[in-house]
Amino acid sequence: MDVYLLEAMVNGLLLGGVLALLALGLNLIFGVIDVVWIAYADLVMCGMYAVYWLHVYFGWPIEFACIAAIAAVAILGFLVHLIIIEPILSAAPINQLLATGGLLFFLQSFATLLFGTDFRNIGLRLPVIQIGNLYISYARLMAFAVALAGAVALYLFLRRTYLGTAIRAISQDREIMGLMGVNERRIYLMTSAIGGALAGLSACLLALQYDVHPFIGNTFGPITFMICVLGGLGNMIGGFFAAFIMSQIIAIGGYYASTELAYVLAFSFFIVLMLVRPRGILSA
Amino acid sequence: MNKIIGALGLGILCVIPFVMPVYFLHLVIQIFLWGFIYTAWSLMGRFGFVSLGHGAFMGIGAYVPALLWNYYGLTPWIGIPIGVLLSVLLAIIIGYPCFRLKVVGHYFALVTLALGQVVLLFIVAERDVTGGSLGMTQKIAGHSWYALQFPEKTYFYGIVLVMWIMGLAIWRWIDRGVGRQALEAISEDEEAASAIGISVLHEKLRVTIISAALTAFGGALFGQYLMYLNPETVSGIAVSLQIVFAAIAGGMYSMFGPTVGSFLTLALTEGLRVWFGTNFIGAANTIYGILLILFIIFMPRGILGFFETLRQRRTGVAVISTE
Repeated sequence: MDVYLLEAMVNGLLLGGVLALLALGLNLIFGVIDVVWIAYADLVMCGMYAVYWLHVYFGWPIEFACIAAIAAVAILGFLVHLIIIEPILSAAPINQLLATGGLLFFLQSFATLLFGTDFRNIGLRLPVIQIGNLYISYARLMAFAVALAGAVALYLFLRRTYLGTAIRAISQDREIMGLMGVNERRIYLMTSAIGGALAGLSACLLALQYDVHPFIGNTFGPITFMICVLGGLGNMIGGFFAAFIMSQIIAIGGYYASTELAYVLAFSFFIVLMLVRPRGILSA
Repeated sequence: MNKIIGALGLGILCVIPFVMPVYFLHLVIQIFLWGFIYTAWSLMGRFGFVSLGHGAFMGIGAYVPALLWNYYGLTPWIGIPIGVLLSVLLAIIIGYPCFRLKVVGHYFALVTLALGQVVLLFIVAERDVTGGSLGMTQKIAGHSWYALQFPEKTYFYGIVLVMWIMGLAIWRWIDRGVGRQALEAISEDEEAASAIGISVLHEKLRVTIISAALTAFGGALFGQYLMYLNPETVSGIAVSLQIVFAAIAGGMYSMFGPTVGSFLTLALTEGLRVWFGTNFIGAANTIYGILLILFIIFMPRGILGFFETLRQRRTGVAVISTE
């Protein structure tokens, strides 16, 4: 097999890990609160700026910068629910989606206002690993490993802790949980904060590989939505697998044609699958 | 009474190009152009099919006639219908499976959102033909009906005004037709609507096709007027969301709502641009974003809808909720 194709596929697999993490966060929020955060990828953008400023401008070690960024985006997620979603929780679901669309406008423009449209890089040079003729970037390998660890941590949290159990329960039956003595509001706020933290973690991993600019959310947003729909909105396992399918299509398509055409290809695939499996790839 | 106001309004609109400075005329043309596109979107939006991908139709409508003109010298009189047809085709390709398989609400919004982005990426990818993200300009033919190019703004004002009135007429036609009741029933409960004999697929597809065709037409005239196309300004998420928000801010349940939305958003962006100058790029859109969030939280029926509700409450007429 062509070594460059193999390299593209490996890179696709590694990117898939981060996309899966993003899809997990979005699916968690959708599954529990029944809201789609259109601005989810722009929370990632905020996180990337946080890493950039703390590390490059204030000279924090990269580990601390990342932890602070995750915390910051988690707080941001908490605030998004408190300020934007909570007042319209009983409105038509599409209104909530559109309100976070307003947030998308706000975050992108505010970032432009604060930082300008320059592309900024955290300037961390990580080594490249060589296996035979295959070159793999260490940053991507690490991103993949951390993303998988994050997914496992989320799984354990949802399975093993009281709060996690409450979150899963509320996603199964919203009405009854209030009667069981679970504070819905608290669960919603916690879920939003966890969703934010996952966006923050993705931001740290993406900051290692990509330049940050105010519109980077547009690069990862649409593909994340496609992945979530493909996996079945709210279905975390489906979204996890869909992330790897989509990232492979983009990687291989990008190898044979161009990145843009690869996205067009991914979307065509998406439409075809919608015809066969409208409720996601794992649906019966 | 309404007729007198209508006639008076039309009279004023006909006088405008002869008394207004060019800059304001430019703004008024844009208000009508975008007002038309927002109206086209609200044909679907008011029935709960929230499309976040109308930038796709607008992009195709704008690029196809421009490309045909530049490469084959084909007049926009033929190029625009081709662009509109291609948009309709795309609307059917996406709409048919979506409606057939009952892809609604969030799913529909996300599918269409991705659609808008794909058209944008396709235009960028074919950079050898379309100029990519640098955009493209049509070959200039001077004042020509054949090329549908007019350096004088007055001509375009007339064209855009006629188009806008046509858009309102179509809005009214759907509003008054039997289809409206069918569509409202569908947006309330699809299962129930199909149980009483409404062809859900047919009704949805019909309004989607009309909406896509009008959006593409608006995009085409937008291109002919500005004589410069950029994938970011006619396609993609930003434009798609802009369409949705302006229509909602103005009020998508009223005939003039989307146009009011067009006026408001343009007045806001132009006003803020003049106010802040170019020192604070993004300041205008930052305030815009905050206002959008406030609108959706406090006035989900838009400005016109808000005032209508107030008036109805005062006169004691029952408020019919279409949300």
